[in-house]
Amino acid sequence: MKTDIQSQIEADRSVGDFRYDIDYAYDAGVGLSEATIDYICDVKKDPQWVRAFRKEAYRKFLAMPMPTHWATKDLENIVFENIRYYLSQGQAPKRTWEEVPEDVKRTFERLGIPEQERKFLAGVEAQFDSEAAYSNIKAAVGEQGVIFVGSAEGLKDHPEIFKKWFGKVIPTGDNKFSALNSAAFSGGSFIYVPPGVKVSHPLQAYFRINAQNFGQFERTLIIADEGAEVTYMEGCTAPKFETATLHSAVVELVALKGAKIQYITVQNWSSNVFNLVTKRGLAHEDAEIKWIDCNIGSRLTMKYPGVIMKGRRARGEVVSIALAGDGQHQDTGAKMVHAADETTSNIISKSISLGSGRSTYRGMVHIPKHLKKCKNNTECDALLINAQSRTDTYPAITVRGQGHSVQHEASVSQINAEQIFYMQQRGLSEAAAMSLAVNGFVNDLVQQFPMEYSVELKRLIDLEMEGSVG
Amino acid sequence: MPTSTSNFNFHGSVSKSKWFQELQAQAWNSFLKLPQPSRSDEMWRFANLKKASLEKFVEASKTSEVAEILRRSQGMNDVAAKFVFANDQLLHLEVEDLPQEVLCISIEEALAKHEELFRQYFMQYEARLGSQKFAMLHQAQLRTGAFLYLPPGVVLNKPIEIWHWVEGVHSAIFPHTLIVVGEHSHVSVLERFVSLRQEPTLACAMNDLVVAEGGCLNYASVQEWSSQTTAFHMNNTSVSQKGRATSLQLHLGGHFVRTESDSRLLGKEAQSIMLSINPAVGEQEIDQRTFQDHIAPHATSDLLYHNALSDHARTIFSGLIKVEKEAHQTDAYQKVRNLMLSDDAEANSMPGLEILADDVRCTHGATSGELNKEELFYMMARGIPPKEGSKLIVRGFFQTVLDRLEEPHLRHCLEELLENHLF
Repeated sequence: MKTDIQSQIEADRSVGDFRYDIDYAYDAGVGLSEATIDYICDVKKDPQWVRAFRKEAYRKFLAMPMPTHWATKDLENIVFENIRYYLSQGQAPKRTWEEVPEDVKRTFERLGIPEQERKFLAGVEAQFDSEAAYSNIKAAVGEQGVIFVGSAEGLKDHPEIFKKWFGKVIPTGDNKFSALNSAAFSGGSFIYVPPGVKVSHPLQAYFRINAQNFGQFERTLIIADEGAEVTYMEGCTAPKFETATLHSAVVELVALKGAKIQYITVQNWSSNVFNLVTKRGLAHEDAEIKWIDCNIGSRLTMKYPGVIMKGRRARGEVVSIALAGDGQHQDTGAKMVHAADETTSNIISKSISLGSGRSTYRGMVHIPKHLKKCKNNTECDALLINAQSRTDTYPAITVRGQGHSVQHEASVSQINAEQIFYMQQRGLSEAAAMSLAVNGFVNDLVQQFPMEYSVELKRLIDLEMEGSVG
Repeated sequence: MPTSTSNFNFHGSVSKSKWFQELQAQAWNSFLKLPQPSRSDEMWRFANLKKASLEKFVEASKTSEVAEILRRSQGMNDVAAKFVFANDQLLHLEVEDLPQEVLCISIEEALAKHEELFRQYFMQYEARLGSQKFAMLHQAQLRTGAFLYLPPGVVLNKPIEIWHWVEGVHSAIFPHTLIVVGEHSHVSVLERFVSLRQEPTLACAMNDLVVAEGGCLNYASVQEWSSQTTAFHMNNTSVSQKGRATSLQLHLGGHFVRTESDSRLLGKEAQSIMLSINPAVGEQEIDQRTFQDHIAPHATSDLLYHNALSDHARTIFSGLIKVEKEAHQTDAYQKVRNLMLSDDAEANSMPGLEILADDVRCTHGATSGELNKEELFYMMARGIPPKEGSKLIVRGFFQTVLDRLEEPHLRHCLEELLENHLF
């Protein structure tokens, strides 16, 4: 319908678009080499096996080509030698906000993290560039035996659980960026929930990039033991710099027999961030892993959360919302690997492209040989707002054998002109009507987010839609 | 000079046309230069590249089975014209009284008498779904084929039938069909691809369908290659304003069959209907790549592929709907359904969308499922054994696609062939 477009309002991103000067005590300098890795290991006092792991990963990173034969050529604009791989004020996170240095604290206060913690969270970790500045878990939750610490603490204090699963769900050489993360990882969370423990409130991590030309490589490992349940939320922001910033995380989830993990992401990086993330969960018998993923920010996001359903009746689910504004490319999707009988997976993806934005869905559903009664359902809906907007859908589905049920459906449409007309008739401005229609499009998915997030999401979408109609 | 990946030689063009001689020489050079498809090539994702190998095959020599082939070339009863080719040689051509200016001739004749016209349409589009190399081999090795040209305003009520036979161990043929339907003209064509015997052969075929403004083409192809045949079937369809092309492929044979169907919607209200029926059995691999390219606004494309997989059969469907920037008001549909009849069968589906315009309606779907147990039970309750019952369900599954072919002559013929094949 509308072919003209005004410049988009960046109001929503202004939430995170501020920056205070920080003195870094630890700085690995610019570029990545064996020496950089040694520096990170020394500063973090990594055990020998971690140093070897990092170096092996670094070799793999160098050897692997950029995946531009299927992915966007924009990846070639990442200049690895211009990036700073480690910046911190210290390695030990503080347990109370009072102890957090003033300059870092005001960043998180402005983002509202301590307030949210008081209101509805069971634990919070706040990462500032390479290391967590703050990490705390409510006493009641800690007493249940739940471990919620940074990845460095996890590998030092709980090696018996950590080592067993670290790098097992996502091998180092899974892709070039998981190799890079394995070489330079710092920060991220380690969570262990003991058998039968159901964590009633969500645990939250907040990732903040503050420095220019920085690369953030957090590494998260969450293990829910038999019958345990946990919800984890992550948020992220960065100020808008002139130069590109890289965020390349690796997140591994392990749900043992009958466990449930819900992982919620609201990604609102500034539009100079390359967000290249590998996320995968391993679901054992009767376990359930659900990724709820919302991508609003970044310049380029490439993220395909996956679930390997290893045990019988395991379930995997991905709920994805992507909003691609001017100059943005949201390349998101899901990976579902059925590796046992009677496993079920569900993918629901909704994307909105506006201005010159491009959203891409890439999906993989794999049902190998000699399994019985596996089910997958995939729905992808894309909404195009402007004439320059673009959307792509590239699923790949492999089914071997009979007795499975797999269906994939996708549709692309634009906002119904009649709906807009109807609302304008009743006194709404065109922008308000568009906003309402877009909110209606994603409403059923937004409802799956926790209350606080869904309110925030609606507000983000409202702001983003402003100025998109001319 | 034989190449490392094939035993083909280039003996120069068989045509006297200078233009064609040069074209074939260039094509041969391109064939030699172009790389073999590789594993990392997205256009060949999931494909078993070993099965696509050209090794062992050589240009088919003249057949000595003329009488047998002509005897067996019995298809539709009442046709406007009938071609019979075998091993890239025209054995027989009969043409009824056609309106003047309709051309229903071999490619040799087209080159000799109507070069300018032929040249305008011959392979005007590059292969872009992965088989560039094989398209160049086809162009270089092409010896004959059918050229149908309908000037504006001609309606042929009876269909045209074209047969392509191959025989001889390791024989390779390069069938070519070019159909040009002029403004507001109307024609139906049935193409048959058959192996004379059970032996390893190669077919590298191309059929180009050009439909001008308001024209209407119903095209069906039935492929009955031997189960040891490697086959490439490349198709380019282009439809202008208010034109309509319906194309149905029925694949009954072959060991490795790669089909590339590329449809261009060039004018407003153009329609392209792309249909395919594949009862895949044994060790068969059917590799389907499709492209619905919406260049003009207000056009419609509709794709429906039904695959029923038994034994160790393997199918790959990779389809793309692309809506170009200017192609507003596009209506595009794409649906692939895989019916899994065996535990060892494998279906890969990659239905894709690339949408660059905003005022569009595009949907695609891919399903893989098993036989409906309730339907089977219902039939068993009425005395139909399960084996028979499952055949009936498969037959019905394919009928959904056949019903989309509006032309009754072609539809009846295909129904009969399918019936004979399944029961």
